[in-house]
Amino acid sequence: MEFLLNITPSPVLSAVLWIVLVITALYFARPTAHQLLLSLGDSLHRVFRTGSVSITGAEKGLAARNREVLLAAGREAKERIVEREFDRINETVRKDLANFSALHRNLSESISRIEDDHQSAVDVPPDPPGWVNAVEAVAAIDSKDNRVGVGNVLADIHKSLVKDHKEAMSAYSEASGKRHATLRKMRPEWRLIQQTLGKIGKNVDSLLGRSVTIDRHMQEYESIVQGEDRAVSILSSSSLVYFFVSALVMAVAVGGATINFSLIARPMAEMVGGTSLIGEFRTADIAALVIILVEISMGLFLMESLRITRLFPVIGALPDNTRVRMIWITFTILFLLASVEAGLAYMREVLLHDELATSALLRGSLDVAATSEYMWITTAAQMGMGFILPFALTFVAIPLETFVHSLRTVVGLAAIGLLRLLSLLFRLLGNGARHLGRLLTHIYDLPLFIPLWWAARDVATNENDLTEARL
Amino acid sequence: MTITYRVTIILIGLVLASCAPSRTNSSGVYMLVDTSGTYREEIQKAQQIIRYTLSRLDSTDTFAVARVDTGSFSERDIVAKMTFDDRPSTANRQKRQFAEQVETFVSGAQSSAYTDITGGLLQAVEYLNEKEPASKTVLIFSDLKEDLQDGYIRDIEFDLDGFDVIALNVTKLRSDNVDPREYLSRLSEWQHKVESSGGNWRVINDLDGLDGLL
Repeated sequence: MEFLLNITPSPVLSAVLWIVLVITALYFARPTAHQLLLSLGDSLHRVFRTGSVSITGAEKGLAARNREVLLAAGREAKERIVEREFDRINETVRKDLANFSALHRNLSESISRIEDDHQSAVDVPPDPPGWVNAVEAVAAIDSKDNRVGVGNVLADIHKSLVKDHKEAMSAYSEASGKRHATLRKMRPEWRLIQQTLGKIGKNVDSLLGRSVTIDRHMQEYESIVQGEDRAVSILSSSSLVYFFVSALVMAVAVGGATINFSLIARPMAEMVGGTSLIGEFRTADIAALVIILVEISMGLFLMESLRITRLFPVIGALPDNTRVRMIWITFTILFLLASVEAGLAYMREVLLHDELATSALLRGSLDVAATSEYMWITTAAQMGMGFILPFALTFVAIPLETFVHSLRTVVGLAAIGLLRLLSLLFRLLGNGARHLGRLLTHIYDLPLFIPLWWAARDVATNENDLTEARL
Repeated sequence: MTITYRVTIILIGLVLASCAPSRTNSSGVYMLVDTSGTYREEIQKAQQIIRYTLSRLDSTDTFAVARVDTGSFSERDIVAKMTFDDRPSTANRQKRQFAEQVETFVSGAQSSAYTDITGGLLQAVEYLNEKEPASKTVLIFSDLKEDLQDGYIRDIEFDLDGFDVIALNVTKLRSDNVDPREYLSRLSEWQHKVESSGGNWRVINDLDGLDGLL
């Protein structure tokens, strides 16, 4: 450094000289340096831009793929729902409406019987009384002729009138009684008809309700098939909801499995040894974990065989006989494992009690006997939990299926978000590089402000001269 | 086919897990109980320590209790010895049996005329080396005052590499009260003997603080 300042006797003069030299050099190298800096900025801009475009393309491809997967999953789910609705309709029709012809026949017979009864219950008008003719004859007798006999005739008429009236009333009462009896007989028929029609009405209402549901699902299915944005949006948000809900349920299941593990890990030491290790883990712990995993696997297979879940298409496609056989096999294994767990839970309590007794003996205290009379409660509770938890863990298959299916969408959405972020970052970096190139040219010009000002002044003077010359 | 395959894999895993070569971290503890002279009166404390040790030991651990008398380099001086079973229930039963054996010993222990601690230590080393536990501990419940009968030769090199030797309840003798240097020199002599043989030496006199014993 000192050498640089010693090129002339005065260091200040040397410094000034160097500054002038450097500025001159920079000024003459200015176009090249500017080009270099701008090229560098542009190159970086193009590189980042290309990267951003490429990432955007990948993101679009992934989004399209995600959309396809989402629509396919939604389509499959809707098909399953519609299929089940049709199954239910089929079941209703098969169960309740299959005997519609018999119902129709019953109804027709009931109606025929009612018609017959109705015919027999028609109100027959009473016959006109026989004394009418006598009255007419009396009315035709002239009052001047045979006036004496009229009074007797009228008395006879009155007598016969009363008699006929009595007979007619008696006959009418008898006929009315018969009609009422007939009408009473019709009552159960009406009720039967009412019940039958009510049943049919209920079935028809159920079918109508299901048809409305199917209509709704079919509309949603159509919108999925047409790939509408609304359908994709709904499916996407549903997937997120399913993902978090299933994750929550699975977390609960993990808690259950942990309790299950603690129930059987200790007594497993009786079977595989209490101190041996495989790697860094106790053999008893590994064995307990394997048992729980086998239980969960059996639960998965059971759910698959029951066609409640569809994680393994091979199981769903099995012939019904094989599938039913598989249901029984997996259930039996599960039952046996649950029984083993209940036994191990009991063993755990026995071991615990044994250890407490030994510790008390070694301590020289006798307080174990006092607590042992209530031990059966915890023993029973542990055995119950040991038996129930394997079956409860079976239902993990349902949230697991939902989790696996929704995971694909959630991972896709997360990847899309990440790619978008990367693309934005690359674009920012690209633009930043370009602006940085320009900024560097300005920074380069900063120490050259004097020659640049001089040059600008010269250019302006020349331009003025040229303008004046033209004029 | 797929299901059968999966189930088979899991079952094979289970079988392999149970048959795989396993590793143990068993401990071996050998306790020497001094019954010589007036120290015999301290034997109740030794019983407490034995019970505490039993409560701290686990399956596959080895524990032996031997008396220190005139000639301690002998299997006859072993009062109780046991390697606990791998199954916790059996190990518990063994611990109770062990405690009963110690109880019998404590109630009928006779005072010996001489004190052969070195012989007992040799016996302990031999016993524990034979059992090959992962960690070896020798507990010496004594005042560390060795008093050999004429003719007994105990000037022997030890190999205590990997051994923890813990002196418990090292009481002060009447002569120690007169000249405490005797006590200190006794302790340092034993410490030198153990450490020069490759072992680790500790002294615990406060029997209420046995937490760090094992």
